[in-house]
Amino acid sequence: MAQESDHAEVNRQSLQRDIWLPLLYTVKEKKTENRGIVTLTLAPSAEEAIEPMEPGQFNMLYAFGIGEIPISISSLWNLQSTLVHTIQDVGAVSKAFCDLSTGDQVGVRGPYGTRWPLNKAKNKDVIILAGGVGMVPLRPLIERILNDRSRYGKLNVLFGARSPENIIFHQDIISWQADPTLNFQITVDHAYSNWRGHVGVVTYLIEEANFDPENTIAFICGPEIMMRYAVHACLDANVPTDHIFLSIERNMKCATGFCGHCQYGPFFVCKDGAVFSYPQVKIYLNIAEL
Amino acid sequence: MAKQHAFRTDTQGLESLFALLSDQGYAQMGPVVRDGAIMLGEINSFDELAQGYTDEQAKGHYRIKPIPTRGLFQYAVGPQSFKQYLHPPRRKLWSTHGSQEKFTIEEGNEPEKMVFWGVRSCDLEAIKILDRIFLEGAFVNKWYQQAREQLVIIAASCPVPSANCFCTSTNTGPKPESDFDIAIHEIMDHDCCYYILETGSHKGEKLIQKLRIQKVSEEELDSLERMIEKAASSMEKRFEPAEAADLLKKTLEHKHWDEVGSRCLSCANCTMVCPTCFCTSTEDITEITGEHSERWLRWDSCFNGDFSYIHGGKIRDSTRSRYRQWMTHKLSYWYEQFGTSGCVGCGRCITWCPVGIDIIEELEALAR
Repeated sequence: MAQESDHAEVNRQSLQRDIWLPLLYTVKEKKTENRGIVTLTLAPSAEEAIEPMEPGQFNMLYAFGIGEIPISISSLWNLQSTLVHTIQDVGAVSKAFCDLSTGDQVGVRGPYGTRWPLNKAKNKDVIILAGGVGMVPLRPLIERILNDRSRYGKLNVLFGARSPENIIFHQDIISWQADPTLNFQITVDHAYSNWRGHVGVVTYLIEEANFDPENTIAFICGPEIMMRYAVHACLDANVPTDHIFLSIERNMKCATGFCGHCQYGPFFVCKDGAVFSYPQVKIYLNIAEL
Repeated sequence: MAKQHAFRTDTQGLESLFALLSDQGYAQMGPVVRDGAIMLGEINSFDELAQGYTDEQAKGHYRIKPIPTRGLFQYAVGPQSFKQYLHPPRRKLWSTHGSQEKFTIEEGNEPEKMVFWGVRSCDLEAIKILDRIFLEGAFVNKWYQQAREQLVIIAASCPVPSANCFCTSTNTGPKPESDFDIAIHEIMDHDCCYYILETGSHKGEKLIQKLRIQKVSEEELDSLERMIEKAASSMEKRFEPAEAADLLKKTLEHKHWDEVGSRCLSCANCTMVCPTCFCTSTEDITEITGEHSERWLRWDSCFNGDFSYIHGGKIRDSTRSRYRQWMTHKLSYWYEQFGTSGCVGCGRCITWCPVGIDIIEELEALAR
């Protein structure tokens, strides 16, 4: 490289933002979903905000002095620059987020990752299969479909939770259940006698759902074991392999393919996923410890 | 090599190059003798460069030995690679001050302008691989980019590859072919040596113009060619990178992973010495007052237990699965990710494995 051009190069790139630097956001609202799960609404603390997000994408959220974690966008209902993130307390950093109060500050960098390919679902029937907090990255997708309902065929939202106490998004569920344009079903693995709904794994709900298999797109997110069975239930129902999409979870530190933690066969889940088509990940889904 | 880009000089010529770069404010990194090995360090005077040594390498074995000549490059690669300067083992990303109610963020330090002395062709190829990772994808590693743009690379051809070297298989040596500013070819002439300097960039040409150099003769260029041929033919280890990439995709459940997993200590040495292993983790270091915190980037390894941890446990709990991850990534999935193999044939992972695991032999076992 010619020495003369070096300074110009440095000037050009100094305008670029370091991928590691978060933007500051302020917690505007905090809603407790249930024990150990909160939904935070974040707004930029200053003028600068991250780029608009799409369903399926995630941000790296930083809790002051504690650390950073990848968290999916959980609602895109509000199209302003606010971000809605639902976080389950499973470790030091996620606990710090659950303990935040309105007015506190956090760091945000993103958006990262692939999106649910909603364009492929145009004029098709849709199955959305969620297991537990796997509903989080799927909720913005449901919102998008309901917002432009005539663009899609029959909509089935099938939600499995461990127990009634683990159900999240109660307000959404009430409106989904009341909505005649979608078939919403919920099941729990374990229930007490006061539960009047389905009991059992979520994949059984596929058998009762109403869709034209050849003309159906399935979007799946949940624990990996649930997704494996969910994929097979879709295939058994004759949904074509390339109509099935799922969101894979791995350890992520950088979200840009630089840290190597989220590798999954040839993929970096952070940038090649987290949303994959089933044919992309088919051979890796059944290999233990890959 | 085009003759108009090649010049002859002696040790004094190299010394003046060193002085010239010092005057221009560069930090100069190069091979030095430390801890019984050829290590890398910042050199403040030319005579700190390792001189008069060769090395002996085998599986899990490394020794340096003095030699009678004053040669500067008569050894193969040591444990460290120049990766440590472009992608440091520890680097502060940023620091923050305040509280969870309100805090500010301050960027970490920028890289200094550096010269790398004696970059072997394998390590030069490794830098080109790091370029693909950090500069040519969807995201740019800004710190790396700054360090790279200011960098002066003085490459060196490799006259005596070690028993673990296999750069002829990976097509990455033993002679640096491009992407350097200046290449040094050290030609031993009885007990004496001279240097053929080759320029590879405009930056390199400008530096060379300021040195006392001579034209290079046809005989001298012939000597260089003979030296390279001899070095290349001395390497006995062989593998075919494209075949290895295919093989590994078909052997993810091979029983040999259990066998190699039973020998591997999961110590991460291979990943630490590899010039292309780039994995990192982040660390938050918070003062006890809770008012000040720093985020650091540090090298990590797919052999570490926490590497694949997500809530609930580790994805790769067994050593077998970690070794498989390292090897399939390095030799196979690297192609999908970066369009090339992740191996440059330097042999470090074999030399520095405490139990002498040899990646090429493991490959052969998987093929059986």
